[in-house]
Amino acid sequence: MKNLFKLFSIIILIITSNSNSFAAEKVEYLKTDWSFKGLFGKFDRASLQRGYQVYTEVCASCHSMKYLSYRNLAEPGGPEFSEAQAKAIAASFEVTDGPNSDGEMFTRPGKLSDKFVMPYDNVKAAQAANGGAYPPDMSVLVKARGGGVDYIYSLLQGYEEAPSNVSLDDGVYYNKYMYGNKIRMAAPLSDGLVEYGDGTNATVEQMSKDVTTFLMWSAEPHLESRHQMGFKAIVYLIILTVLVYFSMKRIWSRVESKV
Amino acid sequence: MSDHDYRPKSKVGQWFNDRLPLLTLANHLTDYPTPKNLNYWWTFGGILTFCLITQIVTGLTLAMHYIAHADMAFESVEHIMRDVNYGWLIRYIHANGASMFFLAVYIHIFRSLFYGSYKAPREIIWIIGIIIYLLMMAAAFMGYVLPWGQMSFWGATVITNLFSAIPLVGEGIVTWLWGGYSVDNPTLTRFFTLHYLIPFLILGLVVLHIWALHVPGNNNPVGIDIKKPSKDTVPFHPYIVIKDGFALLMFMIVFAFFVFYAPNILGHADNYIEANPMVTPAHIVPEWYLLPFYAILRSVPDKLLGVVAMLSAILILAVLPWLDTSKIRSAVFRPLYKQFYWILVADVLILGYVGAMPAEGLYLLIARVATAYYFLHFLVILPVLGFKEKTLPVPLSITEPVLGGSPNLAAARNKESKIE
Repeated sequence: MKNLFKLFSIIILIITSNSNSFAAEKVEYLKTDWSFKGLFGKFDRASLQRGYQVYTEVCASCHSMKYLSYRNLAEPGGPEFSEAQAKAIAASFEVTDGPNSDGEMFTRPGKLSDKFVMPYDNVKAAQAANGGAYPPDMSVLVKARGGGVDYIYSLLQGYEEAPSNVSLDDGVYYNKYMYGNKIRMAAPLSDGLVEYGDGTNATVEQMSKDVTTFLMWSAEPHLESRHQMGFKAIVYLIILTVLVYFSMKRIWSRVESKV
Repeated sequence: MSDHDYRPKSKVGQWFNDRLPLLTLANHLTDYPTPKNLNYWWTFGGILTFCLITQIVTGLTLAMHYIAHADMAFESVEHIMRDVNYGWLIRYIHANGASMFFLAVYIHIFRSLFYGSYKAPREIIWIIGIIIYLLMMAAAFMGYVLPWGQMSFWGATVITNLFSAIPLVGEGIVTWLWGGYSVDNPTLTRFFTLHYLIPFLILGLVVLHIWALHVPGNNNPVGIDIKKPSKDTVPFHPYIVIKDGFALLMFMIVFAFFVFYAPNILGHADNYIEANPMVTPAHIVPEWYLLPFYAILRSVPDKLLGVVAMLSAILILAVLPWLDTSKIRSAVFRPLYKQFYWILVADVLILGYVGAMPAEGLYLLIARVATAYYFLHFLVILPVLGFKEKTLPVPLSITEPVLGGSPNLAAARNKESKIE
């Protein structure tokens, strides 16, 4: 048996060391403290609100967020804008509605129940406006990328001059965290691009963190209640398990056998 | 079955039971004599029943909100995640429940392999189990297609395309499976229908699996036939019920951890990108529980032979009771088999690992060696081992190994002979 375990661990060692050499080619993502990680992880409300500002002033000109509604902005566990604020945000967008009784489409100010207005009418229009590349919908973007929030956070800060051996076509940019290093999106953030209402200094790093937090919430709007319920559920299960364990010991003490 | 003489106490009970002996069945299930030395590896049968029921209940709820249409499936899943009350919880239980189901079934199968539970007189239980396992894989695969993400779409394309390897009629079969010339809406709707049907087929087979089990009774870690009921057995209720319950709770803690704290860790990120027939993902990989078979498929250079190898890898298990020629069931008394068993476990884990890696270079070589070994184990090692292996002496009853190694051993033996 012992020899076998040795053999087994050697095999595992070979495999893992091999995969490490593969991983060496990968770049390490930038790290930051995410308030929503961990057993009791919660969103940073202020960061979510700033993140929404970055999204709507910067990203939203190309990226849609079609699964979110304006009402979500006021719901618990999210940016928690007041209902009046959320209504004002919704009303600042023109929504196409209809057809009315004359059979005509018309535009009206947005309501809480409306989905986020999309920057383009359809995928083709988005591609046409962006040199053939489709800016992906951002609703679940952090869940749709292997590196998750760390990847998005790094990508936003990963623009740099292309090395001399890499030639870039027109409209293609170099990003050290992008798969293949070539990206169609120009560096979206620059220091002071937005003016935060709460006085926070709008550095690229700060904006990246805020907008990534916002994207985490948009992908997992119930993350906070999930964490809260999870903790209660697991504590409950552990207590019940202990009680059942002692009941079992007691019942099995009647027979001459080990449990 | 020792309870044919059971008679309900009340008049009404007797009247009912004479017409439909449900109470006799209930009595059989509670009194069912179970070996008292079953260890925790035996609790996974109950855990699997829990998994099946969980999948059915959460699945029914999801089906009330899901829309099986290529244009709306992805959106309806997001609707469940965002707007349905506790929809995120139900969906995460269902998605992670599939992984938990397979985790439990692999432990259940490998327990059977270790203790020789597939051997006479339990071959039918084992074969029904293999059919359940096959249906589980079909259900899991089709379920993974339903969210209509990129992995759903391309996984469905790759797997259904395997049928095109069949000579002459292959292409026709694939078109028939798809309901068109590519994976599209007709494929999605039929997968949804079948995904809804299969769990109930599994449920029926589980009943047969348990029925077949209750004829010879449980195998046990010592692997010997025991007298039932006797001092080697305990009634199923309360002894096994409480023990299974305890193990189930431990299992649920692990389950809850995944659902609440790492709900997407077992899935692939690409499945949160809506299906796009024009964009192929860089690596198309199945869910983790199918990876060993995926590795076997890819390790054979020829498509048809690859499919044959993959199917044989599963179907070879069905004839395992006849490939294993040893008269001794439990690996505890088979020193050589015990070593080969652990090598097989490592082999399957390695296959799973290389199945997740690109099929090239060193990975492909490892996959080929591991595939060859997998078949070698079942086709050569097991049959030969039964004749060559020098097994350890097997005890006469369970009571003996329970006390074995202690000074009481001789006393127990004496007691035994007195009783006889």
